[in-house]
Amino acid sequence: MLVANLAGDIIVWFVWIAAAFTLLGSGMAVVLFQNPFYSALALILNLGSLAVLYLLLQAEFVAAAQVLVYAGAIVVLFLFVIAYLGGRADAPWAGSGRVRFIATAVATIAISAEIVVAVAIEADEGLATSQEISSSFGSPREIGELFLSNHLLAFEVTSIVLFIAAVGAAVLGAGARRRDAGATTTTEDTTS
Amino acid sequence: MSGPGIVAYLVLSSLLFGIGVAGVLLRRSPLIVLLALEIMLNASNLALVVFSRHWANGDGQIFALTVMVVAASEAVIGLGLIVAMSRRKLPLDVDKMAHMKG
Repeated sequence: MLVANLAGDIIVWFVWIAAAFTLLGSGMAVVLFQNPFYSALALILNLGSLAVLYLLLQAEFVAAAQVLVYAGAIVVLFLFVIAYLGGRADAPWAGSGRVRFIATAVATIAISAEIVVAVAIEADEGLATSQEISSSFGSPREIGELFLSNHLLAFEVTSIVLFIAAVGAAVLGAGARRRDAGATTTTEDTTS
Repeated sequence: MSGPGIVAYLVLSSLLFGIGVAGVLLRRSPLIVLLALEIMLNASNLALVVFSRHWANGDGQIFALTVMVVAASEAVIGLGLIVAMSRRKLPLDVDKMAHMKG
């Protein structure tokens, strides 16, 4: 029993380290690639390794939703738009500026502060012991029960948000088409 | 919890968030900025799921799913804006989109 536990622990550690390095490496690849097409492909890897981490945390439904919603829908949408834009989507690195320098400094300080706080709490044993969970934790049944009992309002508001997003996308597309039709007869007024 | 503790996940999540911030600050293409935004939302999702596991409370996962919905809406609207920009032949460069600057 003890040997089996140890072997399981080693496998979990191995999977965690592999997923963590893939996560950070593909995240950097998203930012560093010049071509947005490769960035979107790296984002798929990023989301996949994040789903592996969710599985290690016994959040099975969130992991499945992550793969379906992100890799299945959002990244495909990104790839369609990148293909539509073609070479115009390429953009160089941003130039330097005082505002950007200050923003970078503030962001770096804030993020390192978060890491320091997390490590300090760990040293204080504040987060050392996790609560025990049942085997059904994170299953679709449990998530569904939570969504339809304690979080019913959030569930309903979610549908309204999705509806508004769909209407907004349709309005943006229709407005652009109308302007396209008008632009063929009138002069170009948008260059500035 | 077998494997690494909660702090390892939190450090990973903040590093991922930092990568997203760097992407928003350093790149000019609105597409890459949107991709970096998705990375930041995912980093916060990871922290939510970790704390949900730590306290054995499913509310964090509900929150993560809601964030996912918001991310999907944001991607749809953002990509719609980029396509509209491209149709109006505006430059796809966030540094040049400064009409509303005060």
